[in-house]
Amino acid sequence: MENDKIKKMFAGSVVRMIAALTIVGVMSGASLVFVYNYAMPRIKNNIKEETQKAIKNIFPEAEQIKKEEGYYSVNNSKGDLLGYAFTAEGNGYQGTIKLLAGISPDLLETIGMEVLESQETPGLGAEIATPKFKKQFNGLPIDGNIEYVKNKKPEKPNEIEAIAGATISSRAVVNILNKKIDKMKTIISSVDEGQGK
Amino acid sequence: MIKDFVKGLWRENPVFVQVLGMCPTLAVTTKAVFGLSMGLATTFVVVASGVVISAIRKFVPEQVRIPMFTVVIATFVTVADYVLKANFYQISKALGPYIPLIVVNCVILGRAEAFASKNNVSRSFLDALGMGIGFTCALIILGGVREILGAGTIFGYRILWEGFTNWIIMILPAGAFITLGLLVGAFNMIDKKVKGQRCGN
Repeated sequence: MENDKIKKMFAGSVVRMIAALTIVGVMSGASLVFVYNYAMPRIKNNIKEETQKAIKNIFPEAEQIKKEEGYYSVNNSKGDLLGYAFTAEGNGYQGTIKLLAGISPDLLETIGMEVLESQETPGLGAEIATPKFKKQFNGLPIDGNIEYVKNKKPEKPNEIEAIAGATISSRAVVNILNKKIDKMKTIISSVDEGQGK
Repeated sequence: MIKDFVKGLWRENPVFVQVLGMCPTLAVTTKAVFGLSMGLATTFVVVASGVVISAIRKFVPEQVRIPMFTVVIATFVTVADYVLKANFYQISKALGPYIPLIVVNCVILGRAEAFASKNNVSRSFLDALGMGIGFTCALIILGGVREILGAGTIFGYRILWEGFTNWIIMILPAGAFITLGLLVGAFNMIDKKVKGQRCGN
C-alpha cells in the first residue's frame, strides 16, 4: 500500500518536472528568436562596416569596394583599380590574430595592413596594432616572402623590424600575411586571366 | 526592504566579501570601461533572472530547480551578448568570450538559489540590483586602479604626466591578483574601523 502511494507521488512529480522544464525551455527559445531577429542584421552590419573602415584606412582614396570571391577589389571614385584587399587570420601568441591586408593591382607590393582582431598581450604583442608597426607594411615587395629582423633596422626592402619583447606576435603577423598573400596572388591572377586582362 | 538592496553594496559585496565571480573580475578589468560594461551586463542578467526566478519559484519542482535556473540565466546572458554585439561592437569584441561566460558567474546562480527562489519578486529585485551594483562598483575600482597604473589613463582620459612609465604588469594577469588582494585588504581595514566605531558608540 505504502509503496503504491510513493509510486503515484513520484509519477506525478516526474510529469511535473518534464512539464516545467519544457515550458521554461520553450519560452526561452521563443524569446531568443525575437532577440536574434533584432540583433543579427545589426551585428552583420557592424562587421561589414568594420571591414570597410579598415579598407579605407589602407586605401584612403577608396570609393567603390566590390566583394569578390574571397577578396575585395578596391576602386577610387573614377573607377580606377587601386588594389585588392583581403582578410587573413592565424594563431598569435594568445588566440587568433585577424588582419586585413591590401596589395597593389600588379600584385607586386603591399599597400598596407590593419589589425581587425587580436588578443595579444597589452603593452607588448598588442603593439602590432600601433601605426608605428603597421606602417612598416606599406609598400613591401611581395615577389618573395616578407621577413622580419630583431633589434636592428631593416636593411633589405622586404624586411620589417619585430617589436622588442614581442617577437612571437610580430612573427605571427608576418607568417599570416606571407601565407595568405601567396594564396591570393594565385587566386587573383587566375581570375584576371579568365577575364582576359 | 531597503536592507535587501544595501547589503550587496557593502556588507555582502559579491567581490570583496563573498569573493564570487572571480573569473570575469580578474580577466576583464584591464580598463575601467571594460569593468563598467562587464558590471552592467552582469547586473542586467542578475536582476532579470532574479525577477523571473522569483516569479516562477512556486511552479518549479524542487528536483529540477538548478537546470531551470540555468536555462533562465543562459537566456538572459544570450540576450545581453546579442544586444552588446549589435550596439556596442567594439566593447563586445574587447570582452570577447567573457560575456557568454557570465552564464557560469556564481554570483548569479548564487543569488537565484540563495535569495530569488525563496523571496517575493520585489525583494528579489532589490537584492539582485544591490548585488549587481556592488559587483559593478568593485569592477570599476579594480579596472580603474589597473588602468591608471598600467596605462596612465582612466576611462581613456590621460591623468598621469606624459613621461610616466606604464606599469605593464598591472594590465597583465598578475596585476589583477595584486590589485584584488590589496583592495580586499583595504576593504577589510575600512570595514573593521567602521565596526569598531559603532561598538565604541
